[in-house]
Amino acid sequence: MELLSDAFVYLAAAVIAVPIANRLGLGSVLGYLIAGVVIGPILGVVGSETTDVQHFAEFGVVMMLFLVGLELRPAVLWKMRKQLIGLGGLQVVGTTAVFAGAGLLFGLSWQSALALGMILALSSTAIVLQTLNEKGWMKTQGGQSSFSVLLTQDIAVIPMLGVLPLLAVAHGDPDASDTHGEAAGHGGEALAALPGWAQALIILAVIAAIIVAGRHLLRPIFRFIAEAHLREIFTATALLLVIGIALMMDFVGLSPALGTFLAGVVLSDSDYRHELESDIEPFKGLLLGLFFLTVGAGIDFGLLFGAPGTIFGLAFGLMAAKFALLYALGTIFKLQGADRWLFALGLAQAGEFAFVLFGFASGAGVLEQSLLQTMTLVVAISMLFTPALFILYQKVVAPRVIAKTDREPDVIDSRGRVVVAGMGRFGQIVSRLLMTSGYDVVILDHDPQTIENLGRVGVRTFYGDVTRPDLLHGAGLMEADLFVAAIDDREKQTMVVEHVARTYPNVKILARARDRHHVYELEKAGAHHAEREVFEGAMSIGRKALVELGAHPFRARTKAKDFRNHDLAMLDDLRENYHDGGVDKSYIDAMRAHSETLYEIMRVDRGEESHERTERGWNPPPKGDATL
Amino acid sequence: MNYPLFQTAQAVEGVTTVDLYAEYPDFDINVDAEQARLTTHDVIVFQHPFYWYSAPAIMKEWQDLVLEHGFAYGLHGHALEGKVFLNAISTGAKPNAYSRGGMNHSDIRGLLAPFEKTADLCGMRYLAPFVMFGAGRAVEDNRLDVHRNAYDDLLKALVADRFDLKKAAKAAVLTDVLDDYIIKGEAV
Repeated sequence: MELLSDAFVYLAAAVIAVPIANRLGLGSVLGYLIAGVVIGPILGVVGSETTDVQHFAEFGVVMMLFLVGLELRPAVLWKMRKQLIGLGGLQVVGTTAVFAGAGLLFGLSWQSALALGMILALSSTAIVLQTLNEKGWMKTQGGQSSFSVLLTQDIAVIPMLGVLPLLAVAHGDPDASDTHGEAAGHGGEALAALPGWAQALIILAVIAAIIVAGRHLLRPIFRFIAEAHLREIFTATALLLVIGIALMMDFVGLSPALGTFLAGVVLSDSDYRHELESDIEPFKGLLLGLFFLTVGAGIDFGLLFGAPGTIFGLAFGLMAAKFALLYALGTIFKLQGADRWLFALGLAQAGEFAFVLFGFASGAGVLEQSLLQTMTLVVAISMLFTPALFILYQKVVAPRVIAKTDREPDVIDSRGRVVVAGMGRFGQIVSRLLMTSGYDVVILDHDPQTIENLGRVGVRTFYGDVTRPDLLHGAGLMEADLFVAAIDDREKQTMVVEHVARTYPNVKILARARDRHHVYELEKAGAHHAEREVFEGAMSIGRKALVELGAHPFRARTKAKDFRNHDLAMLDDLRENYHDGGVDKSYIDAMRAHSETLYEIMRVDRGEESHERTERGWNPPPKGDATL
Repeated sequence: MNYPLFQTAQAVEGVTTVDLYAEYPDFDINVDAEQARLTTHDVIVFQHPFYWYSAPAIMKEWQDLVLEHGFAYGLHGHALEGKVFLNAISTGAKPNAYSRGGMNHSDIRGLLAPFEKTADLCGMRYLAPFVMFGAGRAVEDNRLDVHRNAYDDLLKALVADRFDLKKAAKAAVLTDVLDDYIIKGEAV
């Protein structure tokens, strides 16, 4: 029963802490760490068994690298080679060098210093990617560069896993090497008796076997199993594959992570990539979560309270050094203004891989226990401050830096009756319709790439941030009749509409809205008409679906029309029930009442009750009417 | 040709003008609103070009939807009873084409029979049509302004209830003979 009660404690801690941490914008990794801290040092419900659990949980890392491999389609990697080798490579090598140098200054052996440098060069993929995606910064130059660097780091983990044991051999601590199991992969006893060349040959053969088998053997096997339509057996096969490769690599004395990574890459362009991903993902997530829990549980608070100055000093020093290097790299690689800040601030922490590699390094005897304890704290603290850095970027840096980006807004030398703000998927359609109908349209956008692309097809777009009053003024809003707000960003869109409505009361404003609530917000901000951006597209697909299902095309049109009218009426009616920042009971009630009438209307329309007033087509008079 | 006539109508006090194509560009006619409009007016004028011996498509759609059973006709459909109905149309051909011996083998009122029967069935009083023949050359022949003035007179007389409905119901066409039907009295 001990297993069950342990599992209960770990799971309960995770289930409580992770969602809360996520909600607070800290990310799941920190959630697990904090949960670990609570059940370990604070409550003391888990104790010495955490080390065993940790060794088990390290298998999550093996799985993670399998997934990383699956993501890395060789063709995609090849396309990104410049970014990966240039920007990413320089970041890893440069940061490693700086921290290794610092380590030497602190009196570490060169092996330990190098190991530490490599480990600290890595940033937190989990926190950063999640934040970039959440905030919608992934598409920016800064986001893309961050992604390249993180990807390089993920790949760099593989050689690091290979190099760390070598550093240990030189360090000379043979006893430690056996304490580590799964992820470390420091087996190789089976081959120890063979001469060096034979070992090398066998290792090469194993790698070749993985690649060849992955290409030619695994695919038919997966196809065979997939065709059996036994979902759990497919999952079992995927797990079997990962564990099997790990064991094999362990047997020849190579890193299991390296093996599964290779297998992942080999399978990355197979048809079963997504299925494998979704099958392994939960196991990886739970095991890694467990791993971070154990890291948290193992944090030595005595150390922190004993020398808070040192620990925090080291953490801030670490972040400052990483930031400086990243900022310099951003400058070299021509990242502009806000993008450079996002890139440098976002990646300034050390990452979850550090915990993995710390465990590995301690197993291999590369780093001393006391140093590891300290550095684990330092890394955790640097991660803990990452959300704060993102907030700093969003609230303080970005608004200021954006205001003075290196590229000045274009001088707008054309005039039109219409100004269109935002030339994305939405603005392009509106502008093209207007321009081909013979109107002069002044188009503004803030994405240089979009502007360049449109320029190539002969559409002139002016660069600038439409939230800046002077740009709108320069665009001739004073003399324009119409302003089309087609900005993708919800808040910016509302802001711009509000500004235009206040400053140019004579200009009609047509606005693109994200959803119903945004319609109300935009109307309140002063838009004369706001349209939900996906509504008509969805209506059109719905109508086509009815036709596909056998409805007469004209009938489908009528139904779609009825539905649209009802929906627009609801939009109108719910307006007064909508209050800033959300909905209350009256809104929900009104909405429920509306969907009930909708069902009524559509049911009537299905012909279950004929000759209803809701069916507005030509209707024959009822048979019983004697006047006819 | 119909647009200046429409403008003439817009300028007459007591006349509500409805540009169906402007109001329902997608043919999505609001039946309730249209029925309410009918209920609050006494005279309904269909002003339109005589496309293919009938009305433009949207006016047919309007009839199909708005003149519902139970509203315009049928056992309980009495909403339009006693109201006056008039076609004010323009044709391409000259008046002589609209006769038994002419190109169309029928006079204009005969060709408008579907409208007359519709009015009948709804209990409305159908007047002879007010027609601008040969609309294609109306401007060159200086007939447009004459016709606009006549239309103005006709509408004002209808608003003021000084139009001889009985007589107009029996006529073949109202064009050029308006004065015979307008009841003289004090100025409008």
